[in-house]
Amino acid sequence: MARAITTQKKVMWTALAWAFGLTMFFPILWTFRTSFKTEAAAISDPPVWFFFDWTLENYVDVQARSNYPKALMNSIIISVGSTFLGILIAVPAAWSMAFVPGRKTKDVLLWMLSTKMLPAVGVLYPLVLLAKWLGVMDSRILLVVVLMLINLPIIVWMLYTYFREIPGEILEAARMDGAGLKAEILYVLTPMALPGIASTVLLNIILAWNEAFWTILLTTVNAAPLTSFSAPEGLFYAKLSAASMMAIAPILVMGWFSQKQLVRGLTFGAVK
Amino acid sequence: MSTARSKSAARLMIAPAVFVLLVWMLIPLCMTLYFSFADYRPMRGIFEAWIGFDNYASFVTSSSFLKSLFTILWMVGGILAITITGGVLMALLLDGPMFGQGIVRILVIAPFFVMPTVSALVWKNMFFNVDNGLFSYAYKFFGAQPFDFLSQAPLFSIIMIVAWQWLPFATLILLTAVQSLDSEQLEAAEMDGAPALSRFRFIILPHLSRAITVVILIQTIFLLSIFAEIFVTTNGAFGTRTLTYLVYQRVLESQNIGLGSAGGIVAVILANIVAIFLMRIVGKNLDN
Repeated sequence: MARAITTQKKVMWTALAWAFGLTMFFPILWTFRTSFKTEAAAISDPPVWFFFDWTLENYVDVQARSNYPKALMNSIIISVGSTFLGILIAVPAAWSMAFVPGRKTKDVLLWMLSTKMLPAVGVLYPLVLLAKWLGVMDSRILLVVVLMLINLPIIVWMLYTYFREIPGEILEAARMDGAGLKAEILYVLTPMALPGIASTVLLNIILAWNEAFWTILLTTVNAAPLTSFSAPEGLFYAKLSAASMMAIAPILVMGWFSQKQLVRGLTFGAVK
Repeated sequence: MSTARSKSAARLMIAPAVFVLLVWMLIPLCMTLYFSFADYRPMRGIFEAWIGFDNYASFVTSSSFLKSLFTILWMVGGILAITITGGVLMALLLDGPMFGQGIVRILVIAPFFVMPTVSALVWKNMFFNVDNGLFSYAYKFFGAQPFDFLSQAPLFSIIMIVAWQWLPFATLILLTAVQSLDSEQLEAAEMDGAPALSRFRFIILPHLSRAITVVILIQTIFLLSIFAEIFVTTNGAFGTRTLTYLVYQRVLESQNIGLGSAGGIVAVILANIVAIFLMRIVGKNLDN
Protein backbone atom coordinates (compact mmCIF):
# COMPACT_ATOMS: atom_id res chain seq x y z
CA MET A 1 0.00 0.00 0.00
CA ALA A 2 1.80 3.06 -1.23
CA ARG A 3 0.98 6.27 0.49
CA ALA A 4 -0.06 9.26 -1.52
CA ILE A 5 2.74 11.79 -1.40
CA THR A 6 1.90 15.38 -2.07
CA THR A 7 3.92 17.09 -4.75
CA GLN A 8 4.71 19.87 -2.34
CA LYS A 9 6.30 17.48 0.10
CA LYS A 10 8.24 15.82 -2.66
CA VAL A 11 9.59 19.13 -3.94
CA MET A 12 10.72 20.15 -0.47
CA TRP A 13 12.34 16.80 0.13
CA THR A 14 14.06 17.01 -3.25
CA ALA A 15 15.47 20.45 -2.48
CA LEU A 16 16.80 19.31 0.89
CA ALA A 17 18.39 16.14 -0.51
CA TRP A 18 19.98 17.98 -3.39
CA ALA A 19 21.36 20.60 -1.03
CA PHE A 20 23.04 17.91 1.05
CA GLY A 21 24.22 16.01 -2.00
CA LEU A 22 25.78 19.09 -3.52
CA THR A 23 27.45 20.02 -0.22
CA MET A 24 29.10 16.62 -0.08
CA PHE A 25 30.13 16.86 -3.70
CA PHE A 26 31.22 20.49 -3.46
CA PRO A 27 34.97 19.96 -2.81
CA ILE A 28 35.21 17.80 -5.92
CA LEU A 29 33.18 20.27 -7.95
CA TRP A 30 35.36 23.13 -6.72
CA THR A 31 38.52 21.22 -7.63
CA PHE A 32 37.09 20.38 -11.04
CA ARG A 33 36.29 24.03 -11.68
CA THR A 34 39.65 25.31 -10.42
CA SER A 35 41.45 22.91 -12.74
CA PHE A 36 40.20 24.96 -15.69
CA LYS A 37 41.37 28.31 -14.36
CA THR A 38 44.62 30.16 -14.84
CA GLU A 39 46.79 30.23 -11.71
CA ALA A 40 45.99 33.92 -11.24
CA ALA A 41 42.26 33.35 -11.44
CA ALA A 42 42.50 30.40 -9.08
CA ILE A 43 43.57 32.59 -6.17
CA SER A 44 41.60 35.71 -7.05
CA ASP A 45 39.92 37.38 -4.09
CA PRO A 46 36.91 37.15 -3.98
CA PRO A 47 36.71 33.81 -5.78
CA VAL A 48 35.11 33.72 -9.21
CA TRP A 49 32.48 31.00 -9.48
CA PHE A 50 31.86 30.08 -13.07
CA PHE A 51 32.36 33.11 -15.27
CA PHE A 52 36.04 33.00 -16.05
CA ASP A 53 38.03 32.05 -19.10
CA TRP A 54 38.08 28.28 -19.06
CA THR A 55 41.45 26.90 -20.06
CA LEU A 56 42.93 23.47 -20.59
CA GLU A 57 46.50 24.60 -20.04
CA ASN A 58 46.77 23.02 -16.59
CA TYR A 59 45.96 19.62 -17.97
CA VAL A 60 48.47 20.10 -20.76
CA ASP A 61 51.09 21.25 -18.24
CA VAL A 62 50.57 18.35 -15.88
CA GLN A 63 50.57 15.84 -18.75
CA ALA A 64 53.74 17.34 -20.10
CA ARG A 65 55.56 16.93 -16.83
CA SER A 66 57.22 13.63 -17.53
CA ASN A 67 56.13 11.82 -14.40
CA TYR A 68 52.36 11.89 -14.84
CA PRO A 69 52.06 9.12 -17.46
CA LYS A 70 54.50 7.06 -15.43
CA ALA A 71 52.57 7.54 -12.21
CA LEU A 72 49.37 6.62 -14.00
CA MET A 73 50.97 3.49 -15.41
CA ASN A 74 52.27 2.59 -11.95
CA SER A 75 48.83 3.04 -10.42
CA ILE A 76 47.23 0.85 -13.07
CA ILE A 77 49.84 -1.88 -12.86
CA ILE A 78 49.91 -1.94 -9.08
CA SER A 79 46.16 -1.89 -8.49
CA VAL A 80 45.23 -4.29 -11.29
CA GLY A 81 48.23 -6.55 -10.70
CA SER A 82 47.72 -6.87 -6.96
CA THR A 83 44.00 -7.52 -7.43
CA PHE A 84 44.50 -10.30 -9.95
CA LEU A 85 47.26 -11.91 -7.96
CA GLY A 86 44.96 -11.78 -4.94
CA ILE A 87 42.07 -13.30 -6.88
CA LEU A 88 44.31 -16.11 -8.06
CA ILE A 89 45.13 -17.06 -4.49
CA ALA A 90 41.75 -16.28 -2.98
CA VAL A 91 39.39 -18.05 -5.40
CA PRO A 92 40.45 -21.61 -4.45
CA ALA A 93 40.47 -20.73 -0.76
CA ALA A 94 37.08 -19.04 -0.74
CA TRP A 95 35.74 -21.78 -2.97
CA SER A 96 36.65 -24.63 -0.68
CA MET A 97 35.53 -22.75 2.43
CA ALA A 98 32.15 -22.08 0.87
CA PHE A 99 31.52 -25.58 -0.52
CA VAL A 100 33.47 -27.87 1.79
CA PRO A 101 33.26 -26.05 5.12
CA GLY A 102 35.01 -27.72 8.03
CA ARG A 103 34.90 -27.11 11.75
CA LYS A 104 37.72 -24.60 11.49
CA THR A 105 36.40 -22.63 8.53
CA LYS A 106 34.91 -19.81 10.55
CA ASP A 107 38.05 -19.48 12.67
CA VAL A 108 40.23 -19.31 9.58
CA LEU A 109 38.01 -16.61 8.11
CA LEU A 110 38.08 -14.54 11.28
CA TRP A 111 41.82 -15.01 11.60
CA MET A 112 42.29 -13.74 8.05
CA LEU A 113 40.20 -10.68 8.80
CA SER A 114 42.20 -10.05 11.95
CA THR A 115 45.44 -9.89 9.95
CA LYS A 116 43.89 -6.89 8.27
CA MET A 117 43.96 -5.17 11.64
CA LEU A 118 47.68 -5.63 12.10
CA PRO A 119 49.00 -2.06 12.25
CA ALA A 120 51.12 -1.48 9.17
CA VAL A 121 53.75 0.48 11.12
CA GLY A 122 54.40 -2.61 13.20
CA VAL A 123 56.06 -4.22 10.21
CA LEU A 124 57.28 -1.08 8.44
CA TYR A 125 60.99 -1.33 9.13
CA PRO A 126 61.36 -5.06 8.49
CA LEU A 127 59.59 -4.59 5.19
CA VAL A 128 61.88 -1.75 4.16
CA LEU A 129 64.84 -3.88 5.21
CA LEU A 130 63.63 -6.97 3.36
CA ALA A 131 62.85 -4.91 0.27
CA LYS A 132 66.33 -3.40 0.25
CA TRP A 133 67.90 -6.78 0.89
CA LEU A 134 66.01 -8.32 -2.03
CA GLY A 135 66.75 -5.27 -4.16
CA VAL A 136 63.09 -4.56 -4.86
CA MET A 137 62.72 -1.24 -3.00
CA ASP A 138 60.79 1.27 -5.13
CA SER A 139 59.70 -1.38 -7.61
CA ARG A 140 56.24 -2.19 -8.91
CA ILE A 141 56.55 -5.87 -8.08
CA LEU A 142 57.07 -5.03 -4.40
CA LEU A 143 53.91 -2.96 -4.29
CA VAL A 144 51.93 -5.53 -6.23
CA VAL A 145 52.85 -8.14 -3.63
CA VAL A 146 52.38 -5.92 -0.58
CA LEU A 147 49.00 -4.56 -1.70
CA MET A 148 47.91 -8.08 -2.61
CA LEU A 149 48.76 -9.19 0.93
CA ILE A 150 46.96 -6.35 2.69
CA ASN A 151 43.84 -6.82 0.55
CA LEU A 152 43.85 -10.62 0.47
CA PRO A 153 41.65 -11.01 3.58
CA ILE A 154 39.04 -8.74 2.04
CA ILE A 155 39.17 -10.56 -1.28
CA VAL A 156 38.74 -13.94 0.42
CA TRP A 157 35.85 -12.67 2.50
CA MET A 158 34.04 -11.09 -0.39
CA LEU A 159 34.41 -14.15 -2.60
CA TYR A 160 33.35 -16.39 0.26
CA THR A 161 30.10 -14.50 0.77
CA TYR A 162 29.37 -14.61 -2.95
CA PHE A 163 30.22 -18.30 -3.35
CA ARG A 164 28.18 -19.28 -0.33
CA GLU A 165 25.07 -18.19 -2.16
CA ILE A 166 25.62 -20.65 -4.99
CA PRO A 167 23.43 -23.64 -4.10
CA GLY A 168 25.45 -26.84 -3.70
CA GLU A 169 22.57 -28.95 -5.02
CA ILE A 170 23.12 -27.57 -8.46
CA LEU A 171 26.46 -29.36 -8.56
CA GLU A 172 24.87 -32.64 -7.59
CA ALA A 173 22.24 -32.15 -10.25
CA ALA A 174 24.92 -31.52 -12.86
CA ARG A 175 26.78 -34.62 -11.75
CA MET A 176 23.65 -36.73 -11.94
CA ASP A 177 23.16 -35.52 -15.47
CA GLY A 178 26.59 -36.92 -16.22
CA ALA A 179 28.65 -33.76 -16.31
CA GLY A 180 32.36 -34.40 -15.84
CA LEU A 181 34.51 -32.25 -13.60
CA LYS A 182 35.58 -30.08 -16.51
CA ALA A 183 32.05 -29.50 -17.72
CA GLU A 184 30.96 -28.86 -14.15
CA ILE A 185 33.50 -26.11 -13.65
CA LEU A 186 33.18 -24.63 -17.12
CA TYR A 187 29.42 -24.62 -17.64
CA VAL A 188 27.89 -24.69 -14.19
CA LEU A 189 30.16 -23.05 -11.67
CA THR A 190 31.97 -20.39 -13.66
CA PRO A 191 28.86 -18.62 -14.95
CA MET A 192 27.44 -18.53 -11.42
CA ALA A 193 30.64 -17.36 -9.78
CA LEU A 194 31.62 -14.77 -12.36
CA PRO A 195 29.44 -11.85 -11.19
CA GLY A 196 30.80 -12.18 -7.65
CA ILE A 197 34.38 -12.37 -8.87
CA ALA A 198 33.82 -9.35 -11.11
CA SER A 199 32.55 -7.13 -8.32
CA THR A 200 35.34 -8.30 -6.03
CA VAL A 201 37.86 -7.33 -8.70
CA LEU A 202 36.26 -3.94 -9.18
CA LEU A 203 36.19 -3.08 -5.48
CA ASN A 204 39.72 -4.21 -4.86
CA ILE A 205 41.09 -2.20 -7.74
CA ILE A 206 39.48 0.82 -6.10
CA LEU A 207 40.95 -0.02 -2.69
CA ALA A 208 44.41 -0.66 -4.13
CA TRP A 209 44.29 2.48 -6.26
CA ASN A 210 43.64 4.61 -3.19
CA GLU A 211 46.01 2.84 -0.79
CA ALA A 212 48.35 5.47 0.57
CA PHE A 213 50.53 4.07 3.37
CA TRP A 214 52.70 1.56 1.58
CA THR A 215 52.58 3.34 -1.77
CA ILE A 216 54.03 6.49 -0.19
CA LEU A 217 56.59 4.85 2.06
CA LEU A 218 57.89 2.11 -0.24
CA THR A 219 58.33 4.19 -3.38
CA THR A 220 60.44 7.17 -4.32
CA VAL A 221 60.78 7.69 -8.07
CA ASN A 222 60.38 4.59 -10.17
CA ALA A 223 57.28 2.92 -8.79
CA ALA A 224 55.51 5.96 -7.33
CA PRO A 225 51.82 5.78 -8.28
CA LEU A 226 49.29 8.60 -8.36
CA THR A 227 48.90 8.65 -4.58
CA SER A 228 52.29 10.27 -4.26
CA PHE A 229 52.21 12.05 -7.61
CA SER A 230 50.14 15.07 -6.71
CA ALA A 231 52.08 15.76 -3.51
CA PRO A 232 54.71 18.32 -4.63
CA GLU A 233 52.33 20.73 -6.31
CA GLY A 234 52.50 23.30 -3.55
CA LEU A 235 50.45 26.41 -3.97
CA PHE A 236 49.74 26.15 -7.67
CA TYR A 237 46.04 25.63 -7.14
CA ALA A 238 45.04 25.22 -10.76
CA LYS A 239 47.72 22.67 -11.49
CA LEU A 240 47.08 20.90 -8.21
CA SER A 241 43.42 20.69 -9.19
CA ALA A 242 44.14 19.36 -12.66
CA ALA A 243 46.50 16.72 -11.26
CA SER A 244 43.94 15.78 -8.61
CA MET A 245 41.16 15.42 -11.14
CA MET A 246 43.31 13.20 -13.32
CA ALA A 247 44.24 11.07 -10.32
CA ILE A 248 40.67 10.50 -9.15
CA ALA A 249 38.64 10.52 -12.37
CA PRO A 250 39.11 6.89 -13.45
CA ILE A 251 38.30 5.50 -10.04
CA LEU A 252 35.41 7.90 -9.53
CA VAL A 253 33.76 6.54 -12.66
CA MET A 254 34.47 2.95 -11.64
CA GLY A 255 33.16 3.65 -8.17
CA TRP A 256 29.88 5.02 -9.43
CA PHE A 257 29.31 1.89 -11.44
CA SER A 258 30.12 -0.37 -8.52
CA GLN A 259 28.17 1.37 -5.75
CA LYS A 260 25.61 -1.43 -5.50
CA GLN A 261 28.28 -4.09 -5.02
CA LEU A 262 30.19 -1.79 -2.71
CA VAL A 263 27.70 -2.22 0.10
CA ARG A 264 27.61 -5.97 0.12
CA GLY A 265 31.28 -6.30 -0.73
CA LEU A 266 32.67 -4.10 1.98
CA THR A 267 30.30 -5.37 4.64
CA PHE A 268 31.18 -8.96 3.74
CA GLY A 269 27.58 -9.69 2.92
CA ALA A 270 26.37 -8.61 6.35
CA VAL A 271 24.33 -5.79 4.79
CA LYS A 272 22.62 -6.37 1.46
CA MET B 1 28.56 -34.73 0.37
CA SER B 2 32.05 -34.00 1.52
CA THR B 3 34.20 -37.09 1.31
CA ALA B 4 37.63 -37.49 2.85
CA ARG B 5 39.16 -36.85 -0.53
CA SER B 6 37.28 -33.64 -1.21
CA LYS B 7 38.18 -32.51 2.31
CA SER B 8 41.90 -32.88 1.79
CA ALA B 9 41.55 -31.23 -1.60
CA ALA B 10 39.76 -28.38 0.12
CA ARG B 11 42.62 -27.96 2.58
CA LEU B 12 45.05 -27.88 -0.29
CA MET B 13 43.04 -25.09 -1.88
CA ILE B 14 43.10 -22.95 1.27
CA ALA B 15 46.79 -23.58 1.86
CA PRO B 16 48.26 -20.87 -0.41
CA ALA B 17 46.11 -18.12 1.09
CA VAL B 18 46.84 -19.20 4.66
CA PHE B 19 50.51 -19.65 3.89
CA VAL B 20 51.13 -16.21 2.38
CA LEU B 21 49.18 -14.50 5.14
CA LEU B 22 51.11 -16.40 7.81
CA VAL B 23 54.44 -15.51 6.23
CA TRP B 24 53.30 -11.91 5.82
CA MET B 25 52.36 -11.72 9.47
CA LEU B 26 55.08 -13.76 11.08
CA ILE B 27 58.38 -12.89 9.40
CA PRO B 28 58.22 -9.09 9.62
CA LEU B 29 56.58 -9.27 13.03
CA CYS B 30 59.36 -11.49 14.41
CA MET B 31 61.92 -9.09 13.00
CA THR B 32 60.18 -6.17 14.69
CA LEU B 33 60.10 -8.16 17.91
CA TYR B 34 63.81 -8.85 17.59
CA PHE B 35 64.68 -5.20 16.94
CA SER B 36 62.48 -4.06 19.80
CA PHE B 37 64.95 -5.58 22.27
CA ALA B 38 67.96 -4.07 20.53
CA ASP B 39 69.59 -0.68 20.62
CA TYR B 40 69.68 -0.13 16.89
CA ARG B 41 70.37 3.30 15.45
CA PRO B 42 71.86 2.81 11.96
CA MET B 43 72.52 6.51 11.37
CA ARG B 44 74.98 6.55 14.25
CA GLY B 45 76.25 3.06 13.61
CA ILE B 46 74.98 1.74 16.92
CA PHE B 47 73.87 -1.85 17.20
CA GLU B 48 73.56 -3.74 20.44
CA ALA B 49 71.49 -6.89 20.06
CA TRP B 50 70.04 -7.14 23.57
CA ILE B 51 69.15 -4.34 25.92
CA GLY B 52 66.15 -6.01 27.53
CA PHE B 53 62.97 -4.03 27.90
CA ASP B 54 64.65 -0.60 27.84
CA ASN B 55 63.00 0.40 24.55
CA TYR B 56 59.57 -0.55 25.83
CA ALA B 57 60.12 1.30 29.06
CA SER B 58 61.20 4.49 27.37
CA PHE B 59 58.50 4.29 24.71
CA VAL B 60 55.62 3.69 27.08
CA THR B 61 56.77 6.24 29.65
CA SER B 62 57.38 9.02 27.13
CA SER B 63 54.72 11.70 27.20
CA SER B 64 54.26 11.46 23.44
CA PHE B 65 52.97 7.90 23.78
CA LEU B 66 50.00 8.77 25.97
CA LYS B 67 49.30 11.84 23.86
CA SER B 68 49.32 9.78 20.69
CA LEU B 69 46.85 7.33 22.23
CA PHE B 70 44.46 10.12 23.11
CA THR B 71 44.90 11.64 19.66
CA ILE B 72 43.94 8.46 17.86
CA LEU B 73 41.03 7.84 20.23
CA TRP B 74 39.71 11.34 19.65
CA MET B 75 40.20 11.01 15.94
CA VAL B 76 38.48 7.64 15.54
CA GLY B 77 35.77 8.59 18.04
CA GLY B 78 35.08 11.92 16.37
CA ILE B 79 34.98 10.46 12.89
CA LEU B 80 32.72 7.61 13.97
CA ALA B 81 30.35 10.01 15.74
CA ILE B 82 30.09 12.29 12.70
CA THR B 83 29.78 9.55 10.10
CA ILE B 84 27.22 7.49 12.02
CA THR B 85 24.95 10.37 13.02
CA GLY B 86 25.35 12.01 9.64
CA GLY B 87 24.99 8.68 7.90
CA VAL B 88 21.69 7.84 9.59
CA LEU B 89 20.28 11.28 8.79
CA MET B 90 21.47 11.20 5.19
CA ALA B 91 20.14 7.68 4.72
CA LEU B 92 16.70 8.71 5.95
CA LEU B 93 16.86 11.78 3.73
CA LEU B 94 17.86 9.82 0.64
CA ASP B 95 15.16 7.24 1.31
CA GLY B 96 12.47 9.91 1.09
CA PRO B 97 10.38 10.84 -1.92
CA MET B 98 12.35 12.99 -4.35
CA PHE B 99 13.27 13.69 -7.92
CA GLY B 100 16.64 12.50 -9.18
CA GLN B 101 17.45 10.14 -6.31
CA GLY B 102 20.03 8.30 -8.40
CA ILE B 103 21.96 11.48 -9.11
CA VAL B 104 21.96 12.58 -5.47
CA ARG B 105 23.28 9.16 -4.51
CA ILE B 106 26.11 9.56 -6.99
CA LEU B 107 26.96 13.00 -5.61
CA VAL B 108 26.95 11.75 -2.03
CA ILE B 109 29.05 8.64 -2.64
CA ALA B 110 31.74 10.40 -4.68
CA PRO B 111 34.08 11.49 -1.82
CA PHE B 112 34.64 7.86 -0.87
CA PHE B 113 36.49 7.26 -4.10
CA VAL B 114 38.86 10.18 -3.78
CA MET B 115 42.31 8.96 -2.78
CA PRO B 116 43.37 10.10 0.72
CA THR B 117 46.35 12.12 -0.46
CA VAL B 118 44.26 14.04 -2.97
CA SER B 119 41.46 14.83 -0.57
CA ALA B 120 43.94 15.95 2.08
CA LEU B 121 45.73 18.19 -0.44
CA VAL B 122 42.51 19.68 -1.74
CA TRP B 123 41.20 20.44 1.76
CA LYS B 124 44.52 21.73 2.98
CA ASN B 125 45.17 24.11 0.11
CA MET B 126 41.82 25.09 -1.26
CA PHE B 127 39.69 25.14 1.88
CA PHE B 128 41.85 25.42 5.00
CA ASN B 129 44.60 27.64 3.63
CA VAL B 130 44.62 30.85 5.66
CA ASP B 131 45.51 33.15 2.74
CA ASN B 132 43.69 31.68 -0.22
CA GLY B 133 41.43 29.03 1.18
CA LEU B 134 37.70 29.14 0.60
CA PHE B 135 36.93 29.20 4.32
CA SER B 136 39.10 32.29 4.69
CA TYR B 137 37.10 34.03 1.97
CA ALA B 138 33.93 33.11 3.80
CA TYR B 139 35.30 34.47 7.07
CA LYS B 140 36.36 37.71 5.37
CA PHE B 141 33.03 37.96 3.62
CA PHE B 142 31.28 38.02 6.97
CA GLY B 143 33.83 40.49 8.29
CA ALA B 144 35.59 38.01 10.56
CA GLN B 145 39.29 37.35 10.98
CA PRO B 146 40.40 34.37 8.83
CA PHE B 147 41.09 31.30 10.90
CA ASP B 148 44.10 29.09 10.37
CA PHE B 149 42.41 25.72 10.62
CA LEU B 150 45.39 23.42 10.35
CA SER B 151 47.44 25.10 13.07
CA GLN B 152 44.63 26.40 15.32
CA ALA B 153 42.31 23.38 15.17
CA PRO B 154 44.42 20.67 13.53
CA LEU B 155 42.68 17.67 15.06
CA PHE B 156 39.27 19.02 14.10
CA SER B 157 40.47 19.74 10.57
CA ILE B 158 41.78 16.22 10.05
CA ILE B 159 38.61 14.74 11.53
CA MET B 160 36.65 16.82 9.05
CA ILE B 161 38.69 15.64 6.06
CA VAL B 162 38.45 11.99 7.01
CA ALA B 163 34.79 12.23 8.00
CA TRP B 164 34.09 13.71 4.57
CA GLN B 165 35.68 10.65 3.01
CA TRP B 166 33.83 8.12 5.17
CA LEU B 167 30.40 9.70 5.52
CA PRO B 168 29.45 8.41 2.04
CA PHE B 169 30.37 4.89 3.08
CA ALA B 170 28.22 5.05 6.22
CA THR B 171 25.39 6.66 4.28
CA LEU B 172 25.40 4.05 1.56
CA ILE B 173 25.37 1.12 3.97
CA LEU B 174 22.73 2.62 6.23
CA LEU B 175 20.63 3.56 3.21
CA THR B 176 20.69 -0.05 2.09
CA ALA B 177 19.55 -1.06 5.55
CA VAL B 178 16.81 1.61 5.67
CA GLN B 179 15.47 0.45 2.33
CA SER B 180 15.05 -3.09 3.61
CA LEU B 181 12.76 -1.83 6.37
CA ASP B 182 9.22 -3.08 6.14
CA SER B 183 7.22 0.05 5.33
CA GLU B 184 3.93 -1.47 6.52
CA GLN B 185 5.25 -1.63 10.04
CA LEU B 186 6.00 2.08 9.89
CA GLU B 187 2.62 2.89 8.45
CA ALA B 188 0.88 0.87 11.13
CA ALA B 189 2.79 2.76 13.80
CA GLU B 190 1.90 6.04 12.14
CA MET B 191 -1.80 5.16 12.05
CA ASP B 192 -1.67 4.20 15.70
CA GLY B 193 -0.52 7.76 16.31
CA ALA B 194 3.16 7.19 17.09
CA PRO B 195 5.00 10.49 16.54
CA ALA B 196 7.92 10.61 14.09
CA LEU B 197 10.52 10.62 16.83
CA SER B 198 9.29 7.48 18.53
CA ARG B 199 8.89 5.75 15.17
CA PHE B 200 12.58 6.50 14.65
CA ARG B 201 13.55 5.46 18.15
CA PHE B 202 11.59 2.21 18.35
CA ILE B 203 11.37 0.96 14.78
CA ILE B 204 14.03 2.47 12.55
CA LEU B 205 16.96 2.57 14.96
CA PRO B 206 16.67 -1.08 16.13
CA HIS B 207 16.39 -2.12 12.51
CA LEU B 208 19.62 -0.26 11.74
CA SER B 209 21.61 -1.62 14.67
CA ARG B 210 23.24 -4.41 12.69
CA ALA B 211 24.27 -2.06 9.88
CA ILE B 212 25.63 0.44 12.41
CA THR B 213 27.71 -2.32 14.04
CA VAL B 214 29.15 -3.22 10.65
CA VAL B 215 29.94 0.41 9.85
CA ILE B 216 31.72 0.86 13.19
CA LEU B 217 33.73 -2.32 12.68
CA ILE B 218 34.89 -1.60 9.17
CA GLN B 219 35.62 2.06 9.75
CA THR B 220 37.60 1.27 12.88
CA ILE B 221 39.75 -1.20 10.95
CA PHE B 222 40.59 1.45 8.38
CA LEU B 223 40.71 4.48 10.69
CA LEU B 224 43.09 3.08 13.31
CA SER B 225 45.83 3.20 10.70
CA ILE B 226 45.07 6.68 9.36
CA PHE B 227 48.26 7.94 7.82
CA ALA B 228 48.12 9.84 4.54
CA GLU B 229 45.83 12.58 5.79
CA ILE B 230 48.22 13.40 8.63
CA PHE B 231 51.29 13.00 6.44
CA VAL B 232 49.97 15.53 3.92
CA THR B 233 48.40 18.11 6.23
CA THR B 234 50.30 18.54 9.49
CA ASN B 235 53.02 15.90 9.29
CA GLY B 236 52.21 15.00 12.87
CA ALA B 237 52.63 18.50 14.27
CA PHE B 238 50.18 20.44 16.48
CA GLY B 239 49.02 17.43 18.46
CA THR B 240 47.90 15.31 15.51
CA ARG B 241 50.48 12.61 16.09
CA THR B 242 48.64 9.32 16.36
CA LEU B 243 50.25 6.11 17.58
CA THR B 244 50.82 4.99 14.00
CA TYR B 245 52.41 8.29 13.16
CA LEU B 246 54.60 8.31 16.27
CA VAL B 247 55.99 4.89 15.42
CA TYR B 248 56.52 5.92 11.80
CA GLN B 249 58.53 8.94 12.95
CA ARG B 250 60.65 6.92 15.36
CA VAL B 251 61.43 4.33 12.72
CA LEU B 252 61.88 6.27 9.50
CA GLU B 253 62.48 9.87 10.53
CA SER B 254 64.70 9.62 13.60
CA GLN B 255 65.90 6.14 12.59
CA ASN B 256 65.74 4.82 16.12
CA ILE B 257 64.80 1.32 15.05
CA GLY B 258 64.87 -0.22 18.52
CA LEU B 259 62.55 2.34 20.06
CA GLY B 260 60.29 2.42 17.01
CA SER B 261 60.04 -1.36 16.94
CA ALA B 262 59.04 -1.43 20.59
CA GLY B 263 56.39 1.14 19.70
CA GLY B 264 55.31 -1.03 16.79
CA ILE B 265 54.86 -4.04 19.06
CA VAL B 266 52.86 -1.93 21.51
CA ALA B 267 50.66 -0.80 18.61
CA VAL B 268 50.19 -4.41 17.51
CA ILE B 269 49.17 -5.46 21.03
CA LEU B 270 46.70 -2.61 21.37
CA ALA B 271 45.26 -3.32 17.91
CA ASN B 272 44.83 -6.96 18.89
CA ILE B 273 42.84 -5.98 21.94
CA VAL B 274 40.54 -3.92 19.72
CA ALA B 275 40.46 -6.74 17.18
CA ILE B 276 39.39 -9.41 19.67
CA PHE B 277 36.62 -7.14 20.84
CA LEU B 278 35.44 -6.40 17.31
CA MET B 279 35.78 -9.99 16.11
CA ARG B 280 33.40 -11.12 18.83
CA ILE B 281 30.78 -8.72 17.53
CA VAL B 282 31.28 -9.82 13.92
CA GLY B 283 31.28 -13.47 14.90
CA LYS B 284 28.00 -13.02 16.72
CA ASN B 285 26.49 -11.06 13.87
CA LEU B 286 27.52 -13.69 11.34
CA ASP B 287 25.80 -16.47 13.22
CA ASN B 288 22.34 -15.18 12.53
